[in-house]
Amino acid sequence: MTSTLIERPTERSLVSRFRPKLETLPTLAAMVIFVAMIIYGEVAYGRIVQFSTISNLFINNAYLIILAVGLTFVILTGGIDLSVGAVIAISSLVGVMLANAGWNPLVVIVLMILIGSVFGLASGILIQYFNVQPFIATLAMMFLARGLASILSTTPERLDDDSPIRSLSTEWKIIDGPKINDLVVTPNVLIAVLVVIIAFFVLHRTRLGRTVYAIGGSEQSALLMGLPVVRTKLAIYIISGTLAGLAAVVYTSKLGIAQNITGVGWELDAIAAVIIGGTLLTGGAGFVLGSVVGALVLGLMNVLITRDGSIPPEATTIITGGILLVFVLLQRLVVSRKRKT
Amino acid sequence: MNAAPTERSAAARAVSALVHQPYIWAIVALALLLIINLTKNPAYLAVSVNPATGDLSGNVIDILRASAPVMMIAVGMTLVIATRGIDLSVGSVMAVSGAVSMEFMQSSGSNDLGSAVLAGALALGISALLGTVNGILVSVVGLQPFITTLVMMLAGRGLAKVITAGQNTSATNDAFRWIANGTILGFPVVFIIAAAIVAIIAVLVRRTALGLMIEAIGINPKAARMAGIRPIGILISVYIVSAVLAGVAGIFATASVMTVEVAKTGMTAEMDAILAVVIGGTSLAGGKFSLTGSVIGALLIATLDKTIVYLSIPSSATPAFKAVVIVIVCLLQSQRVRAFFSQRRSSTTRTTKGAVSA
Repeated sequence: MTSTLIERPTERSLVSRFRPKLETLPTLAAMVIFVAMIIYGEVAYGRIVQFSTISNLFINNAYLIILAVGLTFVILTGGIDLSVGAVIAISSLVGVMLANAGWNPLVVIVLMILIGSVFGLASGILIQYFNVQPFIATLAMMFLARGLASILSTTPERLDDDSPIRSLSTEWKIIDGPKINDLVVTPNVLIAVLVVIIAFFVLHRTRLGRTVYAIGGSEQSALLMGLPVVRTKLAIYIISGTLAGLAAVVYTSKLGIAQNITGVGWELDAIAAVIIGGTLLTGGAGFVLGSVVGALVLGLMNVLITRDGSIPPEATTIITGGILLVFVLLQRLVVSRKRKT
Repeated sequence: MNAAPTERSAAARAVSALVHQPYIWAIVALALLLIINLTKNPAYLAVSVNPATGDLSGNVIDILRASAPVMMIAVGMTLVIATRGIDLSVGSVMAVSGAVSMEFMQSSGSNDLGSAVLAGALALGISALLGTVNGILVSVVGLQPFITTLVMMLAGRGLAKVITAGQNTSATNDAFRWIANGTILGFPVVFIIAAAIVAIIAVLVRRTALGLMIEAIGINPKAARMAGIRPIGILISVYIVSAVLAGVAGIFATASVMTVEVAKTGMTAEMDAILAVVIGGTSLAGGKFSLTGSVIGALLIATLDKTIVYLSIPSSATPAFKAVVIVIVCLLQSQRVRAFFSQRRSSTTRTTKGAVSA
């Protein structure tokens, strides 16, 4: 009798200990793959574990990290946002054109971010108030953003060299390494880091974050529990759109060029980053930090492919697709295992 | 005297039957676009016969020709969506199909019918293979259709690039070219082929139990399985059909210019197809589907493309117009707007409305 009393709690705690482990499995796998890629790259090509490569990885992928963080919110609720790539196109085009027309750079940056928010709001309203599927609503926004960008200009618009917006990509040397091996940080990278920290805080320490997870687990239950489902779902699409606008600022300041075809397919990169990072596509489980790892895996993969030289760059998307498939299969395994326990 | 009211009510019933067709808005939109074109040029719909070749020419013929690829992928997509799936890989499959056929004809170098047929068969074979992979991942492994075909979309585009080594391969083959540019009895060959394939598929799904089984899977997969329907076989075939039709569309798209542009061929084709299906009244939630609706949707998209060019609006603006169309169609389909327009219907749709407003 006493033994059963003692056994039960241990059994339960074993189960409860096992469950989070299962859910973190894809994220752990992503980390393992990331480390394995670093080791393989260092052994095979060299010059991977050094300040300049790591700095460049962050500098070049700051926009992708920001996008992936935004999409993490959406995918956690079981939704999807296909409009982010196109939103970047219109936001950066408008930004560059206004900045070149002599607008105050701060106003321009705020406007660029707000353009993203407006598209996010539109998607959210379509989804929440008119019962349109997230997939199709954000697809419409993608078409709209891309089309409006194409109406504005179909040629590359170059940001003036002396534009203050470019200062966001100023390189600050933190550690002056030998030869060119410097640890470099740009304001853009700091913005990305800040976004990740805020998103982490919001998702794991606030009511909004908990509602996001609850909606992903079961929207019906979240509704019955009296959680603010409508408000939260609107909020996450606005968050995703706003971060797309911010990513546009980051990307434009780095490259200095905006075009109507900027960001084609970036929504897929961002989705891939989120999924590789361990967020379940069905919603309810995942981590912001996982998405950051996912974005870095994609970035590092590009570095390795460039270093290798024997892999044709055309095969990049095949490899991305392959990695994505492996991770989705892993998720599938986790979900089916979870149902059994 | 008694006959008049019943006759009128019969006519009214016929009208109301048409109004309640899921694709009524597509017909209205199509008519609207044609009226816009007609106001710009009263002779817009005129079809003339070229005395030298006997070919028909005119804007209507152009629209029919342009609608063929969209029609192919939209019909395949309709079946996939009816099973509660989605196929995002059709654009990439188009590129693969075009890449394979162009690469084959370029390397064979011969300009005869045989190599054209072989190239087409090879392209369709590889498309079917990609569709099989999609189908197996969705049905046997149980992955979400959205993500499965997203992976295939990424990998397929890469595959097309690898096949042509990143080049935009061109080839010369008169027989192959004839598919896109030739005519039979004055009508474009592409449209005749597309119409024939659509007709065959329509007969297949509507005159056999196949369509019913597809709808059953879309409505409730578990119940369908318990009713003795084998979802795996049907799902795999649906994805194969979608991929093969995308392959046909890829042949159409590349044959017209005899070049495959690996980065561009079939780009956003999946969006056009989904748009055509949704406009045609098929719900993305699966279950019921309308092939007629999708065909009308495809015609509407081709007309929209042509109209934008005709009104001398830059063609790069097309996506914005498509977006407006999608939003309007979605709004018209939404319960909230419907309830606003007719109080009568709001009582029957209270359940869904409750979910929205809650």
